Amino acid sequence: MSKRVGIEVSIAIAEAVGLARAEVIPAYPITPQTHIVEHLSEMVANGELDAEFIPVESEHAAMSCCCGSSAAGARTFTSSSAQGLSLMSEILYIPSTMRLPMVMVVANRAMSAPISIWNDHQDIMVQRDIGWIQTFAENGQEAVDLTLHAFRVAEDRNVSLPFIVNIDGFTLSHVIEPIELPDQEDVDKFLPPFKPRYKLDPRRPITMGPVGIPEVYTEAKVAHDMAMRKAKRYILKAWDEFAEIFGRKYNPVESYRTEDAEILLVTMGSISETAMTAVDAMRDDGQKVGLLRIRLWRPFPSQEFRKAIGKAKVLAVVDRCLPPGAVCGPVGAEIRSLLYKIPGAPKIFSFVAGLGGRDVTVARFKEIVDKARQFAKKRPRELYEVIGVREK
Amino acid sequence: MANSDAIVGWKTITFGCHILEPGNAANFRTGDWRSQRPVTDKEKCIKCGMCWVYCPDMAYSQDEEGYFVANMEYCKGCGICAHECPKDAITMVPEEG
Repeated sequence: MSKRVGIEVSIAIAEAVGLARAEVIPAYPITPQTHIVEHLSEMVANGELDAEFIPVESEHAAMSCCCGSSAAGARTFTSSSAQGLSLMSEILYIPSTMRLPMVMVVANRAMSAPISIWNDHQDIMVQRDIGWIQTFAENGQEAVDLTLHAFRVAEDRNVSLPFIVNIDGFTLSHVIEPIELPDQEDVDKFLPPFKPRYKLDPRRPITMGPVGIPEVYTEAKVAHDMAMRKAKRYILKAWDEFAEIFGRKYNPVESYRTEDAEILLVTMGSISETAMTAVDAMRDDGQKVGLLRIRLWRPFPSQEFRKAIGKAKVLAVVDRCLPPGAVCGPVGAEIRSLLYKIPGAPKIFSFVAGLGGRDVTVARFKEIVDKARQFAKKRPRELYEVIGVREK
Repeated sequence: MANSDAIVGWKTITFGCHILEPGNAANFRTGDWRSQRPVTDKEKCIKCGMCWVYCPDMAYSQDEEGYFVANMEYCKGCGICAHECPKDAITMVPEEG
């Protein structure tokens, strides 16, 4: 029987990685991700998990090590945050085009300067285009479930891509939540042993990571892009299988009270729970407001997102990343380009909120919806605003 | 024999751009971007084979008379052979055109 326990989300993720029977874990600690790899290190030291825990000298080494481990055919896990994730950056592009499956949980954190250990999505938006599959968890249970799902999808021979599960730093990583930890037997059923398409084996030598001359590079990148697009089918299939075994169903885009909604908030990650509370309050006031939550960020679920909009007239997209000098926030830009010149498409307003650990409260969501409604009446070409900034 | 048929489409490129056939560089003209080529002065050459030993591309092979000759389909013109030749018999000559 699976058991529902009160447990810190980071510890629960580590337990999930153990249930997934990870074989190699090269990792370097960084707040707010540390508890995940710390607990895995304990599990290995205590003999509870039969894996190699490699305490590397940096995140750059951690990700390099992950590439070697996956290439050799081992189930591979690591975790990082913010500056640590950025230190991996040089390597992050490599396993994806090389089709090396591995799973990384990123406890999302702001990028310095000024130094901040607190939560937003700037660290992962820096890595938006590394070609990894990326999902965003809303709560602790989802963080555990998406971690198991990530292994299943990444290692699927039809996919064979690295996978990032994003969890909000502190907001998720450091809170204790009631979480159902699945049975080993069920996890084994869901997650068969890793059998890579190709691996480094002296008996059957191959070369991984050769030079791509100009005549080859474009085709290699397009092959990767097409693999990402094709992966969506297997991501959805694995969620269906997950639901059959564990009883919890996940979708690439979640809709909350969107029926007859005129204004839709669009969010990713844990602020979505606050957004739901805000939507409930606004609905009680008779406002036709709903919420769309993006769970699958890469590959972007274009079809599902377009369908989820329904007849909404305004989208208020909330980004937790401020790209200086850009047209708007990265999620806002994605959705604007998705819906550009589609007849009847809603107006898309981009808001930035919740930077560097600042809470996005129910009142803030109401403010965002009010602004979106006002501006929609004035027919501005675009609206892009950082919410809750003190002027003086 | 070498050919230049490394040109593949995205549908036929190998999985992850891996090289599945060890040593397949022999199938391709890997030296066609060379800017200089080694020329051996047979008067000075003592057929010691140091050029063959040091060539990083295994471009050298021995001919019927015992001289070592670089295959211009693979020679990248690095000049290591000329540098290592104990008799200074090899000169690097610029490729024209």
